[in-house]
Amino acid sequence: MGRIVLNQVAKSFGDTQVIPPLDLAIEDGEFTVFVGPSGCGKSTLLRLIAGLEDITSGHIDIDGVDATNLKPADRKLAMVFQSYALYPHMTVRKNIAFPLKMAGLSAEETNRRVQAAADVLSLTDYLDRRPGQLSGGQRQRVAIGRAIVREPSAFLFDEPLSNLDAALRVGMRLEISELHKRLATTMIYVTHDQVEAMTMADKIVVLQKGLIEQVGSPLELYRSPRNRFVAGFIGSPKMNFIEGAEAAKHNAHCIGVRPEHLEASATEGQWKGVVGVSEHLGSDTFLHVHETGLAPSLTVRASGEFDLAYGDTIYLNPRADSIHRFDAEGVSLGTEQPA
Amino acid sequence: MARAVTTQRKAFNTLLAWGIGLGIFFPILWTILTSFKTEGQAIADPPLFLMFDWTLENYAVVQERSDYMKFLTNSVVIAGGSTLLGILIAIPAAWSMAFVPSKRTKDILLWMLSTKMLPAVGVLYPIYLLFIELGILDTRTGLVVVLMLINLPIIVWMLYTYFREIPSEILEAARMDGASLKSEILYVLTPMAIPGIASTILLNFILAWNEAFWTLNLTAAKAAPLTAFIASYSSPEGLFYAKLSAASTMAIAPILILGWFSQKQLVRGLTFGAVK
Repeated sequence: MGRIVLNQVAKSFGDTQVIPPLDLAIEDGEFTVFVGPSGCGKSTLLRLIAGLEDITSGHIDIDGVDATNLKPADRKLAMVFQSYALYPHMTVRKNIAFPLKMAGLSAEETNRRVQAAADVLSLTDYLDRRPGQLSGGQRQRVAIGRAIVREPSAFLFDEPLSNLDAALRVGMRLEISELHKRLATTMIYVTHDQVEAMTMADKIVVLQKGLIEQVGSPLELYRSPRNRFVAGFIGSPKMNFIEGAEAAKHNAHCIGVRPEHLEASATEGQWKGVVGVSEHLGSDTFLHVHETGLAPSLTVRASGEFDLAYGDTIYLNPRADSIHRFDAEGVSLGTEQPA
Repeated sequence: MARAVTTQRKAFNTLLAWGIGLGIFFPILWTILTSFKTEGQAIADPPLFLMFDWTLENYAVVQERSDYMKFLTNSVVIAGGSTLLGILIAIPAAWSMAFVPSKRTKDILLWMLSTKMLPAVGVLYPIYLLFIELGILDTRTGLVVVLMLINLPIIVWMLYTYFREIPSEILEAARMDGASLKSEILYVLTPMAIPGIASTILLNFILAWNEAFWTLNLTAAKAAPLTAFIASYSSPEGLFYAKLSAASTMAIAPILILGWFSQKQLVRGLTFGAVK
């Protein structure tokens, strides 16, 4: 069990309100990702759930019990920190066993659980080493091991992969997702990386300045962003935004087209521009198109073999059903075509 | 680019460092040498450096005249006791200042340190009267308390500096893992701060060992430590340099040996956090 409900939870540091009152329900077994730019309050929100920060108002229920005033340890949650936060003076075995020692478990039971966690995380050979003798990925696994042995009702991850290099990050991302499938325990994961959010989440919570901008499945957010912020934040490369006369044609203040929804052509098309820098990724090529008269620069995804060079003229066609429309406040008007 | 250091410069720096080192150590060396001379040789003009009749007579006389072991025991109890008591009080204090600071934490730290700027003699009279009132004049207990109090600001400051170097996420992890405040300090914070705590203990033991003002003024016979033992050899009848030197050598020997063995730890501790 691990249903977490936030009711009008707010947080202020002194006179500064970092999280205005918000409501959120995280279902049992769900993988929820809090995503947003740095300083959006996502880590603070996680720490409020963990009990590492006191909430200013509102209340938090965990499994139907009011946990607002419970100590972190009594909330039955386990947390994995960005810096791993391992105990440097203890061996891997003792690190993983620490929560069990605090809970007063028997040596036998402790050994059994530590061994089980080590097996799952391929740490068996490292149990007698200290954290200082491990690589970043192994340390992260120890941190996860320490969380698993408690058999918590939910896991909290605070940007756990941001200290790892790119290749390791992809591997660990997969491991955490697999762990979630196997344990089927609620997980709350904080990241600023929308790729992590899209690939791992059952449910994404997009935050900005402490406010929830949108909650939904990765594809819901991708297909129907509620506003310009979410539209720009979810998807990589970023959505192109066009204002002015072109937007007015669609009865909107602003229109947004994702790079993958623009068709590039060397000969004909609705919009004309000049190719700037092109980024070749092998499978895809991202072209930065200038001088369209629509926006300073538009990003287009083309096939890997697309062969227009710097300075060439290019024509773009937006996919008719994928033009997102926004009003002057940035609120989405949907993707309908103008009448 | 690394700065080029010529051999000549290196040699000069080495000589300079040795020169300064020996200059600082010279009074101690001279004291030790004098303790092996006769009273006559001790005041000889020109002074005798190594060419004199080495004798252990002074040590015998000193040991005969006063009970060295009693003073030594008092020194160990007073320096050890005040350091231990200070550490026990300072660890929670430094913990709260480092990890749950309030608006006033910085002020309190500075205020604590400012008490060290007060001339000790300024509070001698009230403390003396308090000691009489409490009946702890010339007792080890009294000295343990007073030395603990005068060194406490330094202990708290040092521990505060070490604790600040410990990432608070680790303590938060301990809290998530179910550690109570006591377990957090006992199993996580203290073991991680052991190098810092060790050098704090060492430094304060040395400070308390060498403390002369309070130990001389608040003791008579029973609780007198080695500082009083040395002082007793500068008598009104005249100075006996060789015997005074023998007494001094006996008084400083334990702390000198302790300092010698722990110098690495001390230097590491004192420069901790200065270079990151």
